[in-house]
Amino acid sequence: MMDGFQEQLWVLLLGSLLGLELIGKVPPTLHTPLMSGANAISGITMLAALTLITKAGESMLLLSLGSVALGFALFNVVGGFLVTDRMLAMFRSGRKPSGGGQ
Amino acid sequence: MSFAHLFQGVLDLLAVALLALSIKGLSRVRSARTANQLAALAMGLAVVGLLINAQPTIAAWIWIAGGAAVGGLLGAFTARLVPMTAMPETVAFFNGCGGLSSLLVALGVILGARGDGITPSLLVLISIAFSISVGAITATGSVVAMGKLQGWLATPGWMLSRWRHGQNIALATVALVSAVLTVNGFGEALWPLVLSASLLGVGLTLPIGGADMPVVISLLNSYSGVAAAAAGFVVGQQLLIVAGAMVGAAGLILTQVMCTGMNRSLPAVLFGGALGSQLPAAQGGSEYTNITSCSAEECALTLEAAERVVIVPGYGLAVAQAQHTLSEVARLLESHGAQVTYAIHPVAGRMPGHMNVLLAEADVPYEQLKEMDVINPEFPGTDVVLVLGANDVVNPQAKSDPDSPLYGMPVLNVQEARTVFVVKRSLGTGYSGIKNDLFERPNTSMLFGDAKQMLSNVLGELKALGLGK
Repeated sequence: MMDGFQEQLWVLLLGSLLGLELIGKVPPTLHTPLMSGANAISGITMLAALTLITKAGESMLLLSLGSVALGFALFNVVGGFLVTDRMLAMFRSGRKPSGGGQ
Repeated sequence: MSFAHLFQGVLDLLAVALLALSIKGLSRVRSARTANQLAALAMGLAVVGLLINAQPTIAAWIWIAGGAAVGGLLGAFTARLVPMTAMPETVAFFNGCGGLSSLLVALGVILGARGDGITPSLLVLISIAFSISVGAITATGSVVAMGKLQGWLATPGWMLSRWRHGQNIALATVALVSAVLTVNGFGEALWPLVLSASLLGVGLTLPIGGADMPVVISLLNSYSGVAAAAAGFVVGQQLLIVAGAMVGAAGLILTQVMCTGMNRSLPAVLFGGALGSQLPAAQGGSEYTNITSCSAEECALTLEAAERVVIVPGYGLAVAQAQHTLSEVARLLESHGAQVTYAIHPVAGRMPGHMNVLLAEADVPYEQLKEMDVINPEFPGTDVVLVLGANDVVNPQAKSDPDSPLYGMPVLNVQEARTVFVVKRSLGTGYSGIKNDLFERPNTSMLFGDAKQMLSNVLGELKALGLGK
């Protein structure tokens, strides 16, 4: 499972550096949506939950544990992306009536 | 290498590229919404790749569908129904669930290995212990953060004393010892590890004051990224490592940006305890004298004559659900020829950017929102400032009184305007529990009452004066 551990450490390092680099200047307006969007991305752990289920074989314990883990992760992912979209959609509609509102 | 394996590899690479682009895109207003959708697409691609390659059995499919349906539907409903004012709590709760998921995956892998009589490699064991600890701290810490923001949880008194450091050090020691034992193959240490790390999440978060909670949520958001990366090491998936690392690092930067905005250092937030709680209540004379209060009618008369009006919205406005009434008042004044702008403090609301979201919901044109550094030089030329449900962010002591706990925090210089109206329920202290000198200034008048009620009264008075006809 752990072959290429060194490779994975490289991936960790480069991923972290990329993350530091990507968020350079963020207007305060976007802090809340950015946090919520990034939070949804951290639900990527659902892939690990899926792996746990597919490798569980006959084990009831692992199947159910994996399923619960998947549920929580997907709650985070779906809820996170939708709520971020809801916030960002309002910015759009807020920009249009610049001629004094409707 | 099978075709399905290769296909998954290609989709994973595509997903990484999309995720990186979307984090970048989320930091610009124009591209943010597309970026968020791209990130969702990236996650979907990764799931498809994994499922094609792993070829789950029928039984596995059933468990996948069950977990996915429950989690996905609840997530969708929550996202639809939650009010915009509760956004920080919602993010905290989602975040806690992500942390819990990483914890459960790591638990599953080690329990599964033990059931099969296999000892995972040392590196996998270390990753498991790490994933369990960070996942548990994220999960309980996030739930506590949500409870504090909702007002469900208060900090017990003893948690504010120095004892809590001893308690947390003890918990951390137990967690560390259990982690080392787990890594060395003592299976019984697993549960003490889960328990002590969970309690540590509570012990670290509970003493932190509500005003600092957004910083904590941002930090916990970074932790959940770290937990996801650790889970990636556990199951050997590089996509999780990259995505987790990106979120972890980006979360740290965002936390730092927030700290700067609130003039707080991260160590002070994490270990300093609630702001204001260190102060004896009597210090600095918390009684107000020389308060001028006025009626909606007087306020309307002043507003009618004003040419430049600045509105300072705070969380109290959102709580009273008065954004819509406010934007009505603003439009009426504009139609009368006044120039109306909104001054947005970096931490207005409960979280940076929260107020912008709330005002956008009330159809306030994006261009009328001015950030603190832009609006501050304009206060001396302003006729009327209307402060609605904001307190600490307009406290002049932050500039003038070196003894104030707020000293050094960037504030809006509203006292430089000709007239200041403060709409507030009572003379209660703000989130930080500190007295506000602004209320005693000669050019300040207080309008006591619910923000929504008061604004509709003002609106009525303005219409009675003939505005908007």
